Amino acid sequence: MSSTTGIGASVLRKEDIRFITGKGQYTDDVNRQGQAHAYFLRSPHAHATIKKLDVSAAKKAAGVLDVLTGDDLAHDKIGGLICGWMIHNKDGSPMKAGAHPALAQGKVRYVGDHVAVIIAETYAQAKDAAELVVVDYGVLPAVVDMNTASKGPAIHDVAPDNVVYDWHLGDKAATEAAFKNAKHITKIDLVNNRLIPNAMEPRAAVGDYDAGTEVFTLYTTSQNPHVARLVLSAFVGIAPEHKLRVIAPDVGGGFGSKIFIYAEETVCVWASKRVGRPVKWTADRTEAFLSDAHGRDHITHAELATDEKGKILGFRVKTKANLGAYLSTFSSCVPTYLYAPLLSGQYDIPAIYVEVEGIYTTTAPVDAYRGAGRPEATFVVERIMEKTARELGQDPAAFRRKNFVKSFPHQTPVIMCYDTGNYSASLDLALEMADYKNFGKRKKESAKNGKLRGIGFSAYIEACGIAPSAAVGSLGAGVGLWESAEVRVNPVGTVEVLTGSHSHGQGHETTFAQLVSDRLGIDINSVSIVHGDTDKVQFGMGTYGSRSGSVGMSAISKALDKVIAKGKKVASYALEASEKDIEFKDGRFSVAGTDKSLAFGEVALQAYIAHKFTGAELEPGLKEGAFYDPTNFTFPSGVHICEVEIDPDTGVTTIAKWTAVDDFGNVINPMIVEGQVHGGIAQGVGQALFEGAHYDKDGQLVTASYMDYTMPRADNLPSFQIGMTNTPCTTNPLGLKGCGEAGAIASPPAVINAITDAIGHENIAMPATPLAVWTAIQSSASKLAAE
Amino acid sequence: MYAFSYHSPKTVRQAATLLGKNPDAKVLAGGQTLLPTMKQRLASPSALIDLGKAEGLSGIEVKGRNVVIGAMTRHADVASSAIVGEAIPALAALAGGIGDPAVRNRGTIGGSLANNDPAADYPSAVLALNATIITNKRKIPADEFFQGMFSTALEEGEVIVKVSFPIPSKAAYEKFPNPASRYAMVGVFVAKKGSETRVAVTGAGSDGVFRSAECEAALKARFNPKSLDGVKVKAAGLNSDIHASSEYRAHLIPVIAKRAVAKAMAK
Ligand SMILES: Cc1cc2nc3c(=O)[nH]c(=O)nc-3n(C[C@H](O)[C@H](O)[C@H](O)COP(=O)(O)OP(=O)(O)OC[C@H]3O[C@@H](n4cnc5c(N)ncnc54)[C@H](O)[C@@H]3O)c2cc1C
Repeated sequence: MSSTTGIGASVLRKEDIRFITGKGQYTDDVNRQGQAHAYFLRSPHAHATIKKLDVSAAKKAAGVLDVLTGDDLAHDKIGGLICGWMIHNKDGSPMKAGAHPALAQGKVRYVGDHVAVIIAETYAQAKDAAELVVVDYGVLPAVVDMNTASKGPAIHDVAPDNVVYDWHLGDKAATEAAFKNAKHITKIDLVNNRLIPNAMEPRAAVGDYDAGTEVFTLYTTSQNPHVARLVLSAFVGIAPEHKLRVIAPDVGGGFGSKIFIYAEETVCVWASKRVGRPVKWTADRTEAFLSDAHGRDHITHAELATDEKGKILGFRVKTKANLGAYLSTFSSCVPTYLYAPLLSGQYDIPAIYVEVEGIYTTTAPVDAYRGAGRPEATFVVERIMEKTARELGQDPAAFRRKNFVKSFPHQTPVIMCYDTGNYSASLDLALEMADYKNFGKRKKESAKNGKLRGIGFSAYIEACGIAPSAAVGSLGAGVGLWESAEVRVNPVGTVEVLTGSHSHGQGHETTFAQLVSDRLGIDINSVSIVHGDTDKVQFGMGTYGSRSGSVGMSAISKALDKVIAKGKKVASYALEASEKDIEFKDGRFSVAGTDKSLAFGEVALQAYIAHKFTGAELEPGLKEGAFYDPTNFTFPSGVHICEVEIDPDTGVTTIAKWTAVDDFGNVINPMIVEGQVHGGIAQGVGQALFEGAHYDKDGQLVTASYMDYTMPRADNLPSFQIGMTNTPCTTNPLGLKGCGEAGAIASPPAVINAITDAIGHENIAMPATPLAVWTAIQSSASKLAAE
Repeated sequence: MYAFSYHSPKTVRQAATLLGKNPDAKVLAGGQTLLPTMKQRLASPSALIDLGKAEGLSGIEVKGRNVVIGAMTRHADVASSAIVGEAIPALAALAGGIGDPAVRNRGTIGGSLANNDPAADYPSAVLALNATIITNKRKIPADEFFQGMFSTALEEGEVIVKVSFPIPSKAAYEKFPNPASRYAMVGVFVAKKGSETRVAVTGAGSDGVFRSAECEAALKARFNPKSLDGVKVKAAGLNSDIHASSEYRAHLIPVIAKRAVAKAMAK
């Protein structure tokens, strides 16, 4: 049984039948009795004061129940949205966080900002009535460009120069000293383009207030319903936690964007009491483009110092990070603690110094997006590694290998302590699979056909399984980042696992059940995974940062240990043997050295009927809970190699070959892991070649639909060659590292390194669209002509 | 979407009468352009006159040396038509490359031409093949039909009934898609009939589809890809947006034209 459904088996996803036959239950499928519909009137301006807001005509329109504004929020003492991670400036002072009301109070700060909500019998009526709201805007200059943001008008009074924080990490003096001793210094300027998440399911919410019990229920598209409840209760002040239930049913993709607590969800749950009716809102695609938290958006200058042999001496990095118009829930930590500590990459770097400025602009808030900080770090590290190898005339693979961390544990100069890894092993396998030694032949073949061929490496590392609570607490996090689990064994031996993790595409209903099937020796179909409802599941922290395996499953594993321990006690009574003689193996409790045994289900029944022991000896029942707080991050790593072919006549880049070798530690379900890698690479290739949010100088989002925002498509991608190496994580019981973000982290620099190799210079920004590549080729051609 | 009244006439004549009676009415063909704009509240017709049930508007036939396609013929039907595939394979291929399967199964040739989106595919075929647009009132030659982006020679109450395409000796369409929308960023239709070669470019002109004088001149002597070597197209008058500057579009026109000629000769 465990061989086909246990750890390491490619079990088909249990949840997929439901999803692909249209039986999933998403938030938009939730329809409550008497439900009304919300439409949000949004700001058409990037930056404006609200001189007058008159909703009286809209309130009288057909079907309208109410029109609510920031004044009504204030009247009801509903607090603003929060940022849950305090970052301190270089001088120790706290970051400057402007207020973030769920409906504008006197000012709007980006196109799409929430001005008022219209609640009506139908969505169409709400939309019609919105046209009757009269807003008199005092338009202010937009602040779009990070480089000039400090000269623009203040977006929030608390931050007159539009700087949220000016933060640093590392040893400045040691780094300066390293640069003094350098034989060679490589410099690079990089832009990490802004992305829009585009989960297949747009955000949605249904707020439902029960006047009888005074309980609010919020159905919402959340990756972490307990955190949503905590924030809505403790900070926003909707209701105390025991009077607020948050349900995140099936969720169709998140990529980080559904971690955060947004205005719309907050307003729907609050308004349901106001209007005395359930209130529903589902974003349309344009709203998703405008108001989902965006990702990335960095400008970076980096310098790498090397000695005469090409050993790295020091690394210094200066980054400006666009945080948008308001600080979203975890935005402050993404370009700081989720970014800078990854800048050591897979390399032994003696000294690192990083400075990061967080900038307010009149654009949508920017927060964690698949990889969150780590793709940005990897892009900087792997681009400058490639460039350095080129400048030193060294083979990029050999240059990396020379600088790899080779002994573990390894303490970097930027917080992280890598527990384990074998970077050369991944590189060796990747070089072999990519047929690196014959690249030259392939390049010649391409040249014969008038095409430019290039190859690019990315030897990435990431930190997953966020995170030891005490550690993140000391860095400014407002919460602990453990996970919880409860294993409920039913009297017949079937099992329900209640997990604080949340699945929105990852396949937890399968992988978590595999763990249970493996450990308890029971049929995988006797296991169900329960998640996403604060009334059913104990407090948990949710899913992001590739933490559901390494942290979420570790909690389940701990709870299973307790179930087995209790089962042994029950079995000792039922089998009339000493507890220390009871063994548990392959789903049976047996008395050592005898043929006396009971199946897991029989022991479960004994636990519940409690005929063989008294309550004084042992509590009846078989149900155990556990909280698991990791002792370290986990450090997945790997090597991706991208080979591109460019048509110089059009600038079109074709990915000819993709090799990915990843070390995720132990793997529960190889098929699901490969799927995560595929999706991650597609997203990373999306960033490298296609995607880019573009605001014009007035702060209008030009890429607010699929007419202009380019998503990667199947025909843009080759068939991936996937390989795995394994150094099991040493700090969690299952040896898992996490795989959810690796592809998106690894791939952008691999693509750009390949393109720059093909075109022969470094001057190209993401997304490397046909226009960008063609333009870059023109500039190299003209440079050659000039030389 | 705002409220509107809905009519389903059985004939083109009835449709024209309804159009006359409802000043802000619009005819509805495949709805692939009109309905999204109505949903976004960018269009608010008082009435929709659905051509779906009007007789005689769809179908494909060969008449003499022409292929005649009814206005309500769906892109998918043109793409899979044996008649078109035989007579003007370039036109079938063009239709098969419009949008996605859902769009091709709803969208119509009449709707596409009446709409005259500057990045639509069909206008380039109509112009290069020197087709005739047949309406309920008259016959309009291709060279007079397209009048700048989203604007055509159609008058109030005028409905496209069919389009007549002269069968060329050689033709091909090459589409360089916008990476996001996959409409044409530069689409070039080349057609040779007798001694005349016409080259129509869509997606690039800030005034919609146009004939490329530079490419036509180069191909006049010899219909061969090499004839386009060194041809320069001016950037002035071409579109510029985040996906393509006018210089890039100007560069692409002869490149894509060359590929179209090569394709036409391969057939
Ligand atoms: C996702 C998507 C992708 C697309 N991609 C492409 C693409 O790659 N290339 C491309 O060329 N197009 C593309 N289109 C547009 C598509 O081809 C449309 O079908 C076409 O532009 C309009 O045709 P329709 O039949 O849907 O017309 P409708 O939307 O019904 O009507 C369009 C306009 O034409 C008028 N009209 C319709 N029929 C007639 C008639 N017989 N006489 C007079 N006026 C009439 C209507 O009143 C309306 O103003 C795409 C559309 C979508 C939604």
